Amino acid sequence: MTTGLSQETAQGTARGTARQWRERLLSGGSWTVLALLVVVLVVIVVINPSFAEPVSLMAFAKKAAPLVVLAVGQYFVIVSGEFDLSVGSLVGAQVVIAARLMDGDEALTWPVLALMLVFGLLVGLVNGLVTTLLRVPSFITTLGMMLVLFGAIRLWTGGAPTGALSESFRVLGRKGFPDVPGQFQVPYALLVALVVVGFAVLLMRRPFGRSLVAAGDNAVATAYSGAPVWWLRTRAFLLSSLLATVAAVLIGGFAGVTAQVGQGLEFMAITAVVLGGVALGGGRGTVVAAMVGALALEALFTLFNQLALPSTIRPAVQGVIIIVAVAYAARRRRT
Amino acid sequence: MRPIRALLAGTATAGLLLLTACTTDAPTEQPPAAETSATEEEPAESGAESEWFVQEDYDRELAQRDVEPEGPADQPWLQAIEPEYVDTADLASEGGDKTLCFSNASVSNPWRVTGWITMQQQVEVLKEEGVIGEFRVSDAADDDNKQISDIQAFVEAGDCDAIIVSPSTTATLTPAVEAACESGKPVIVFDRGVNTDCMVTFIHPIGGYAYGAVGAEFLVENLDPGSTVLALRILPGVDVLEHRWAAADKVFSESDIDVVGVEFTGGDGAKIKDLVTQHLQRGEIDGIWMDAGDGAVAAVEAFEDAGQPYPVFVGEDEMSFLRKWDETGMTAIGNVYSNFQWRTPILAAQKIWAGEEVPSEWVLPQEPVVQDDLAEFLEANADMPSLHYAKFGGEDLPGYPEAWTDR
Repeated sequence: MTTGLSQETAQGTARGTARQWRERLLSGGSWTVLALLVVVLVVIVVINPSFAEPVSLMAFAKKAAPLVVLAVGQYFVIVSGEFDLSVGSLVGAQVVIAARLMDGDEALTWPVLALMLVFGLLVGLVNGLVTTLLRVPSFITTLGMMLVLFGAIRLWTGGAPTGALSESFRVLGRKGFPDVPGQFQVPYALLVALVVVGFAVLLMRRPFGRSLVAAGDNAVATAYSGAPVWWLRTRAFLLSSLLATVAAVLIGGFAGVTAQVGQGLEFMAITAVVLGGVALGGGRGTVVAAMVGALALEALFTLFNQLALPSTIRPAVQGVIIIVAVAYAARRRRT
Repeated sequence: MRPIRALLAGTATAGLLLLTACTTDAPTEQPPAAETSATEEEPAESGAESEWFVQEDYDRELAQRDVEPEGPADQPWLQAIEPEYVDTADLASEGGDKTLCFSNASVSNPWRVTGWITMQQQVEVLKEEGVIGEFRVSDAADDDNKQISDIQAFVEAGDCDAIIVSPSTTATLTPAVEAACESGKPVIVFDRGVNTDCMVTFIHPIGGYAYGAVGAEFLVENLDPGSTVLALRILPGVDVLEHRWAAADKVFSESDIDVVGVEFTGGDGAKIKDLVTQHLQRGEIDGIWMDAGDGAVAAVEAFEDAGQPYPVFVGEDEMSFLRKWDETGMTAIGNVYSNFQWRTPILAAQKIWAGEEVPSEWVLPQEPVVQDDLAEFLEANADMPSLHYAKFGGEDLPGYPEAWTDR
């Protein structure tokens, strides 16, 4: 009798948990993107079982790492209620600047990296201060910055990048350990992405992170509570540009310098963040969800390749999936 | 909120780790060349079966490769294949200090940048000689509408002594070029064409079919029957690029080569590397065919990083690829879409003003860089940047080499 009762209770609880989980997964937001990621990965593995091999998964992680880093940077800005459209151009500019300045010279690797860091922070500082102190909407500030960087780089290089990245510069984006081509290796890019995400998670738990979300939710209330909203948001832009610089090191390392490097990355980063259920306009969403959004987006691209989907239709499919996912996530919870 | 967030973080990380971890014991045997995804279904919009393929043009271009061009052998930009000359006596004009107007589609890729530098250097020479007084340039930045209004502005200004157009797209720019012809000024079109023959001369290398076929034939010759080839293309829908693929598709379809994929890359190195890596995960690739050399090095690196032997490779005469080719010693060919054609329109304008005859369709030679002349091109361009094109044809211009090295 007693056993029967406890069994019933257990079943009831199990049913309750199952329902909770179903609601969570279907409720939209962070859980939905995780479900999307899992579904896409499963479909890829079904189509192409070799994708599930460690070597292939590590190759995927290496490819996805820069977007994860960019998405984390974009997350800081979006959760504080702003946009950063300049990151794609910044990545392109950083790679081109690095290639031109070092021109394959190993000795210049560290000085150039330091310069990139300074340049990245400078761009972030300008974005932040123009947005907060001059009160130019960040959409306009960073759109302007995107065009300025794009134009300045084209002016400086005459339209086509020159020079080459040194081998040691490329290690982070290209290599892993153990360094045997074709064998299983953990890419350094994956480690960088994990460190960035870990750092971001910690940061969001600190007073800075909480105030940042508050500023995105209600800037006026946050200001009344005594937090300097302008400095919070400026720091978000600084973080975004800093991480765009990290992404530039990874992307430049991954594939070297081409004229197209960085193009369109800002929209991919914003899409990743929004897919992760982070509300545009700020105040809602987690950094881990942004990371999952980036992974889901990269997985989606991989799926398109595996399906040998005609490239002409890919942007359309991508657009529909993103709109549906975000609309689904924005749907009101039924309670 | 806090526990949920922690849980989420935990689950996401755990899920990721699980995904990576649970795969170590995945079955190692793998179907040879996964049938479902690898066999590319040929889209009707592209290739030898599409409307882009014109048998007549294909046959003509392939034949033109073997025709000895007329003109000075050391100045390929002045050579012409099977020229039909037109008399320009009625367009001749006295005096120097002409105003030359140039409507450029864009300088949005390294090939165009290289050519644009060469063109400016050629203009400098003619300015020194007093032939050209003013060189007026509009850059349309790949925008058809902007280029149409650029050409209109030249026509309306009325003081252009000749108008050079490098059209951004074929059909859309045709009426604008026709309007320019009607103004009575000599019009010179180069690179991509337009659907009219009203211009005095249309300058271009042999063309896309020849370009595409050269690479495909090289792969067929250097690979065993049944070998796998991956085709990397930049964009769909651009005629010069569609012709390249249509010709290659034609050659492949008549051979025993198995084309395992046709991918669009946008010329982006990261995307190229990712795509090649994914294909290598599914099976071996014996050859790579590219419709343009941008990012070829990234494709080669994908083989290196995957620990795979180098493929037989069809790249372009871009320096980064030629250097990689030399370093790795792989079997390769550097296709050429003659960059020196950017000099020709300027010299054509000079000829027209002087009343000299010019070919109505000025077909420039287009010869690939092969293993035997690789060393020569590497040495000649040793100081050139990696995104420079070996057959730029500006070695005898006064600005050489600084104009190209300090870009």
